[in-house]
Amino acid sequence: MKEKRATENRVKKEGKRESSYYGLYFLGAVIVLYIVLFLLKPESIQIALEASGTVLIQIAPVLILIILFMGILDYLVKPKTVSKYVGKGSGIKGWFLAISTGMLSHGPIYIWYPLLKELRDQGMRSGLIAVFLYNRAIKIPLLPLMVYYFGTVFVVLLLVYMIIASILEGKVIEMIEK
Amino acid sequence: MNTGKQEDTKGKKTIAHSFYKAIKSFGTTLPMLLGVILLLGLFSVFVSSEMISSVFTGELLRDTVIGSLIGSISAGNPIISYIIGGELLKEQVSLFAVAAFIVAWVTVGVVQFPAEAAILGKRFATARNILCFILAIMVSIATVTTLMVIP
Repeated sequence: MKEKRATENRVKKEGKRESSYYGLYFLGAVIVLYIVLFLLKPESIQIALEASGTVLIQIAPVLILIILFMGILDYLVKPKTVSKYVGKGSGIKGWFLAISTGMLSHGPIYIWYPLLKELRDQGMRSGLIAVFLYNRAIKIPLLPLMVYYFGTVFVVLLLVYMIIASILEGKVIEMIEK
Repeated sequence: MNTGKQEDTKGKKTIAHSFYKAIKSFGTTLPMLLGVILLLGLFSVFVSSEMISSVFTGELLRDTVIGSLIGSISAGNPIISYIIGGELLKEQVSLFAVAAFIVAWVTVGVVQFPAEAAILGKRFATARNILCFILAIMVSIATVTTLMVIP
């Protein structure tokens, strides 16, 4: 039993180390791309860096909020609670929670990955993670703008079909992950 | 008395430990996040809306797939997808293609894929993105067809 746990921990640690190296390789590759493009088009790279800087400034408050969320979540929420609301036995409530929190979440999709991983480690269903990520596409503050461009009926229909699609995706992901 | 003190210390330690864990976990994903943000910067400079509209052919189904494909490899604020979508409609690109484009823009993340795969797992990220690509086409067809049927 002890040996099994030790092996599990070692696999986990190695996985973590591998994924952190993967991040560094990815960042390194992007930096190399920047250097190459800088040699070809220095002005464009300056604009690209400014655009990236703007994105970073915009998402910084959300990043801090997410770290806070993660800390509080780790301290207050026990795996049992996660299982109850978004775990295997969560039922319809879990789907509803994933859809509504997905719609209400802010910021770019990629800053939510670490928090979702934390929740999955505590028992959240993969299907519900997919549902959450899909429904992030529905941005309530942006709806008026969408209506302006495409009309109310189109937007209402699109939202209804997107929610249905998210549930469909969640179900398929759960079948694949089984 | 002593036990209470011990519990306090234990409680404080746990909060600190929780935040330490959160910061550490976020720290490991930071290079990946920075990489994605830097890629977004490159994307905003090197891909224009004219480049995007030039690839549509005029055939409905093919354009819908192309719409979903371009939406998938594009990234950034959804507002940009609405603006480009509006421009595409003005240039006579079909609503099927535009709908698939704006849905895929926000649901499929090719630029974010390395981050998603590293953090949530390759299998999950691959399955999710492929499904989102197909669903963008299906959602677009369902939405526009219903819109056409509604009097």
